[in-house]
Amino acid sequence: MSILGNRVLRREDPKFLTTGGVYGDDLPGVGALWATFVRSTMAHARIVALDAGGALDRPGVVAVYTAADLDLPPVPAGMPGIPESMFRPVLAQDVVRFVGEPVAVVLTEERYQGEDAAEAVFVDYEPLPTVVDPETALAGGTLLFPDHGTNVATDFREPLDEHFFDDCEVVVRQRVINQRVAPCPLEVRSGMASWGADGRLTQWLSTQAPHSAKDALAGLFALAADQVRVIAPDVGGGFGAKIGPYPEDLVVAWSARAQGRPVRWTETRSESMLGLVHGRGQIQDIAIGGNRDGQVLAYRIDVLQDAGAYPAVGAYLPMLTKLMAPGTYAIPKVSASACAVVTNTTSIGAYRGAGRPEATAAIERAMDLFAAEIGADPAQVRRQNLVSKDFFPYTTATGFTYDIGDYMGALDLALEASDYAGLRAEQARRRAEGGPCQMGIGVSTYVEITNGLPDAGEFAVVEVLPTGTARVYTGSSPHGQGHVTAWSMLASEQLGIPMEDIEVVANDTDLVASGGGTMGSRSLQAGGLAVHEASMTLVDEARQLAAELLEANPDDVVLDKIEGRFHVAGTPAVARSWAEVASAAEERGGLRVEHKSSPSGPTFPFGAHVAVVEVDTETGQARLRRLVAVDDAGTILNPLLAEGQRHGGLAQGVAQALLEEVRYDADGNPVTSNLADYAMISATELPSFELVSMATPTPVNALGAKGIGESGTIGSTPAVQSAVVDAVAHLGVRHIDMPASPQRVWQVLQDSASHKGSE
Amino acid sequence: MIPAAFDYRRAQSVDEAVGLLTEHGEDAKLLAGGHSLLPLMKLRLAAPSVLVDIGRLSDLSYVRANGDTVAIGALTRHRDLEISSVLHEHVPLLAHVAGQVGDPQVRHRGTIGGSLAHGDPASDLPAACLALGATFTMVGPQGEREIEAADFFQGFLETALGPDEVLTEIRVPKADGAGWSFQKFNRRAQDWAIVGVAAVAGSRPGIGLVNMGSVPLRATAVEAALAAGASASEAAAHAADGLDPPEDLNASPEYRRHLVRVLVRRALEEAGAA
Repeated sequence: MSILGNRVLRREDPKFLTTGGVYGDDLPGVGALWATFVRSTMAHARIVALDAGGALDRPGVVAVYTAADLDLPPVPAGMPGIPESMFRPVLAQDVVRFVGEPVAVVLTEERYQGEDAAEAVFVDYEPLPTVVDPETALAGGTLLFPDHGTNVATDFREPLDEHFFDDCEVVVRQRVINQRVAPCPLEVRSGMASWGADGRLTQWLSTQAPHSAKDALAGLFALAADQVRVIAPDVGGGFGAKIGPYPEDLVVAWSARAQGRPVRWTETRSESMLGLVHGRGQIQDIAIGGNRDGQVLAYRIDVLQDAGAYPAVGAYLPMLTKLMAPGTYAIPKVSASACAVVTNTTSIGAYRGAGRPEATAAIERAMDLFAAEIGADPAQVRRQNLVSKDFFPYTTATGFTYDIGDYMGALDLALEASDYAGLRAEQARRRAEGGPCQMGIGVSTYVEITNGLPDAGEFAVVEVLPTGTARVYTGSSPHGQGHVTAWSMLASEQLGIPMEDIEVVANDTDLVASGGGTMGSRSLQAGGLAVHEASMTLVDEARQLAAELLEANPDDVVLDKIEGRFHVAGTPAVARSWAEVASAAEERGGLRVEHKSSPSGPTFPFGAHVAVVEVDTETGQARLRRLVAVDDAGTILNPLLAEGQRHGGLAQGVAQALLEEVRYDADGNPVTSNLADYAMISATELPSFELVSMATPTPVNALGAKGIGESGTIGSTPAVQSAVVDAVAHLGVRHIDMPASPQRVWQVLQDSASHKGSE
Repeated sequence: MIPAAFDYRRAQSVDEAVGLLTEHGEDAKLLAGGHSLLPLMKLRLAAPSVLVDIGRLSDLSYVRANGDTVAIGALTRHRDLEISSVLHEHVPLLAHVAGQVGDPQVRHRGTIGGSLAHGDPASDLPAACLALGATFTMVGPQGEREIEAADFFQGFLETALGPDEVLTEIRVPKADGAGWSFQKFNRRAQDWAIVGVAAVAGSRPGIGLVNMGSVPLRATAVEAALAAGASASEAAAHAADGLDPPEDLNASPEYRRHLVRVLVRRALEEAGAA
């Protein structure tokens, strides 16, 4: 009987629910100085004078450093093609480019002293014209990096053939805003750096990828790789915003070396809302064309990506948006164009979904608009244009090859589970009654790409100790997902050693030789696969050894997974336990397998969501009443963990549709920099999710597993947005941008009413 | 998110609190539940040099029926109002409103006196007290004085409370059996109201408005229209008359004026006030 596929409770939880995690801010940090950053209060300005003198006299202040003190080069963007002139200085040098950019660091004995002292650092700014809007940035009237000559950071623009839509009976165009949002991990950035007498750096980081942080730190300080150790303590969420080390982390490391003492920092929430990368931030111009019978023939999307002040991953998101542009649909002609510009705002990073939610939101909006234009049911139009399950692997018009899919099956499940016909009847009844509480139904289908990085593999070590217990070392980087549970399930399945006797080691570069980390929904299909394969190899090696101990032919020796013992097939009475085999292996270097998985490619999870909202047409208030989600992530290792990922993803996706938006005023001052002003979603704004199971195993890896971390975010946003529009569609509304805040919905209704009145 | 330095004094009695306030003057602030003051201090928008903690004056935490009124100690926490059987019997509106403030953590720490003394136009309890025609008792160096809720709120975060005075009691006329309604319009359950309306019908009708100006307000134009025999929707059409509502992330003044008319109408209908 296999443990795989069972709802195994999370091994992680007893600790988190009792004594609690040990996060960056919980580290003992004996003798450490506290770093407090002086941050720019201007969105774009020249630093005319910077005087730390006033701060140095404050109680507890040990040092104040500015860019002039640091001998560190700018941080490379970490992506090919971004010009060096746009690289981010570790501390602002001469010019600040967004509110919150660090300009100095204050080191104090106690943390609170830093807050007072930072206020005493005098910075004289000469304001420069500010660019907040991406279109203004594209026009180039004001340049953030004059040496580069343009605000365009990455350019994937493609001209549109003027005859592109010629064969279409109907063409619908719409500008769609995929607004800037904040990832909001509950644990903000936190860490500590300590240099040994031997010149070795140990840095604790709240990160999703300790090994790449180690490489970055080694490169920055010109150290050999083994002279840096990065440890991620418990990490309270990342959502893509904690992939690389931040400039603040580099300053902390530099300061610790300069002072010969450990230095630590933990940002405040207000700092985190400015310093941690944001997500999304696209202006999309979409056009969809087809026939009045519902056939879509051509689709074009133009993306203008806001990359923020210093372009990095965000400048590459539109690449993914472009490639995923057609989504689940077999559209004969697809054309996508994109470029990314810099603005005087916080940089954009790879927030949950990263490029794919934007693609999905656009195509789903396009399908709705097309359906509305031809007067067809939006579910029916989707059904008519979905890629048939018989065509996989399927190569899209944009050049991706989808591994496997059954989009129609997913849509049918979602429609059935939601009682779509019944919902439409209820909607018709309410419309006929004409009351203020109208109902909207939104349907989305999606396909996304997971484990899409060039290096798709992940590192693992599995070893069995003479005690008969096992250890799994993984290059994945758990920060809430449940890796310990999942990896011990995978190892237990092969080794026949109980889960509780399997230790999972992660997040320490001294203990785990290499790793890609946890991002892009890659863990199970890359890291889990490595554990699975290493465990199988280890069993083979152990069987060889057991055969020697049993004086038998290795081919005749089997592992009894229930008892955890090796014996000759048919004679279970004479057996060798894991402990005996591992003890015998001691003199040969132990029972240990190192392995890097090599999945043959990325996977393309898919699904369909149905959202039901109620809109109060008098106030504009939209409330989500139901969310039905079909998310096909292939073979499910542990439904409990998968559902956890779906719940979190759905919540964040709904949040973008209804609540969340990072906003700046015209001068680039952030106006949503705390959780009172930034409407981060909570359980009270959400119904109980209705999760529908569907599992189409992928042929790409032995586990049949695809990613699940981001699916919920990708499918739910367009379903909910569509439902809000649908609720007021009978009042003449075709589109409402996100978030569908009460004021925005009310304004759209006002505009629609006055438009009608003037007809 | 780290407040500026301050001295902390814990008062053992109202008299001691008044004495400490007198001693430190404008530099001192009273600390009760801390859920209005401490966030401002963390953002360094407030930096009192002395905090006088009255949070442990447990004799100021009570809800008592007393003749025609219900007397509420200023340090009664929102949660205790929410579950008070005295309030449920005599002033259910106030119990309900207290249950809508913030989130459970806020309601278990925040106090009615603290909320009123803060005088935030976006808070729920001031509007409820206005609608109910409450009376506040304040103690200062010269002894005790009383003031009507309608006279208490004087400017943005400004009240009639002197720098050396402590709000000690809130008295609310009993409204047994009177219809009531509280319409709190917000985006998330724990948020401040974008606009709120507290209405009570019966022999002493009143309507209080949340977040429609620089102070908590009474909808006097609506009350006058009702007194003149207007229907709920007729009266509600006057809900924004003469008001200058604020602009913020969630609402323009125009949208607030629209919302308040809708919400007042709904409140009057629910309360059966017309």
